[in-house]
Amino acid sequence: MSGYVVRRLGQSLVLLLMVSMIGFAILHLAPGGPLSQFAAGGDMTQEDLDRIAVQLGLDRPLPLQYVEWLWRMLQGDWGRSYRDQQPVLHIIGSHIGATLELMLTSTLVAMMIGAWVGILGAIRRYSIFDSLATIGAMVALSIPTFWFGLVVIYVFSVGLEWLPAGNRYTIGDESLLDRLHHLIGPCMVLALVSTAVWSRYMRSSMLDVINQDYIRTARSKGLPERRILLNHAVRNALLPMITITGLHLPALLSGALVTETVFTWPGMGRLFLDSISYRDYPVVMGILVFTSVMVLAGSLIADLLYSIADPRMGAPG
Amino acid sequence: MSTTASTPPAGAAAQVIRPRGPGAFRRFSRHRLAALSLVLILSLTLACIIVPPLLPFSDTEIDIMQRFASPFTGPHLLGTDPLGRDTLARLLMAGRISLSVGFSAMAISMVIGIAVGLYAGFYGGRIGAILMRFVDAMLCFPSIFLLLAISAFLQPSVGSIIMLIAATSWMEVARLVEAQIRALRARDFAVAARAIGASDRRVMFRELLPNAVAPIVVAATLNVAHAILAESYISFLGYGIQPPTPSWGNMLENAQSYLTSAPWLAIIPGAAITLAVTGFNFIGDGLRDALDPRQEAR
Repeated sequence: MSGYVVRRLGQSLVLLLMVSMIGFAILHLAPGGPLSQFAAGGDMTQEDLDRIAVQLGLDRPLPLQYVEWLWRMLQGDWGRSYRDQQPVLHIIGSHIGATLELMLTSTLVAMMIGAWVGILGAIRRYSIFDSLATIGAMVALSIPTFWFGLVVIYVFSVGLEWLPAGNRYTIGDESLLDRLHHLIGPCMVLALVSTAVWSRYMRSSMLDVINQDYIRTARSKGLPERRILLNHAVRNALLPMITITGLHLPALLSGALVTETVFTWPGMGRLFLDSISYRDYPVVMGILVFTSVMVLAGSLIADLLYSIADPRMGAPG
Repeated sequence: MSTTASTPPAGAAAQVIRPRGPGAFRRFSRHRLAALSLVLILSLTLACIIVPPLLPFSDTEIDIMQRFASPFTGPHLLGTDPLGRDTLARLLMAGRISLSVGFSAMAISMVIGIAVGLYAGFYGGRIGAILMRFVDAMLCFPSIFLLLAISAFLQPSVGSIIMLIAATSWMEVARLVEAQIRALRARDFAVAARAIGASDRRVMFRELLPNAVAPIVVAATLNVAHAILAESYISFLGYGIQPPTPSWGNMLENAQSYLTSAPWLAIIPGAAITLAVTGFNFIGDGLRDALDPRQEAR
């Protein structure tokens, strides 16, 4: 068990190092590299640029620059935004709340609906409900999130006028009810793909469990079917979903970016897009590294939780 | 990382017990859907190739008098956009771009993925391990963030978008091929091939790769769906295919501002994307069932 944890932590550290290298490489991939912001102004001579390069240490060998960059990142110095000179971590911190709110609520919605659809699909395998759920999940995975967002706005905001078309709250009214009202649309949009993912994996996990020996034992003991399914099967079938939630994190973050854009939700995804249009590279790179670290941490936490929840998992790794 | 993709072999038993009844309906409907999707994709592709020259309007023809014409009312079958351009003509021309981006990006990402997977699976060792850790690290970046970050540095063109999508979608294929090759490599036929002195290259391309073709074909099909979606996302967000070249994604770029007055501008291209992506996904799913009957699709 502890061996597994140590090994898993070691893996994550190696991955973190590689992720940081890729981030650094992308930063230097930009035409002109980190200097391009100055060159873009147009009124700089080559001499000026050279001087800035020396000041910023850009004339030194790349490995050295990487180590220094990594060291600064580890100390929490992620650079400053070109737009307002604020520290990058500070800016990310002020936007992450809205994104987390959206991601958490839509994950909860997806869990509740998706799990039930998957469980029912597995119990009534090959029924009409199961077929429709499978087809529905496939279609849901194929709908572009931004288009579904537009459709939701068109139907519920433009047509029925039930939901606001965007933003996190009405200015001047920041009550919980108002916030929830604004949350419904984006949450529905972001939850679509997650629900499909949850229902499919839950179905497969449930089928896995139903065919296990201990379910047959429970049946042969004469336990009521309902109790077997809820107490024995569902509880065990839910365990692998911890891992799925971790693995789904990158897709969820991507979906959040698109959803935030459509619903003008003031989260990290929209900040990212705004920063790209302003060529605000420190913020762009900061968010890119930040999200990948989130994904890394998410899968690490999921795996550790899983090894606690299901001790059989520890040994082979 | 624990294996979550593995599917229950136990499902096969339950299938045998009930060869007819509702199960048959389901499998039938699945394959019917795959066949239907194949017809749909073929006709969509053909329509994009053949129909545009036959239409009375070209996709670039601006007609200010005909701005915001509604679908099914006038000479413009699917209406017009804010510049009075025919939506149907634009939709089909956009389809040419979006579908070719989908296929080309898939082809390139398959080549990269197969090459990396083949090398890492066959030789393993330190380089193989580093390659696979690199795959893991790349997969840590949420795809849209990575696509947008790199696209910001690129001169957007159809070619660069294809390369970009390919460069960010080969990792799953590499993982799949690596696992397949690593497993196949220990099998008797591969050992025998090496025992009679076949070269590494021969074993890789003549013995191992053909045996891994089924999952690769499935992955390729799903990859097209993924590439079409990726193109639509970044074009919608303004960093993909640039106007006036139409793509399904960039046709939606300004649609949100006209959602009240001209909803068809948003509905039609989005429906085309959904149709095409669903089609490829169903084909991939059907292929999985057909090519590997043991692996019951989730």
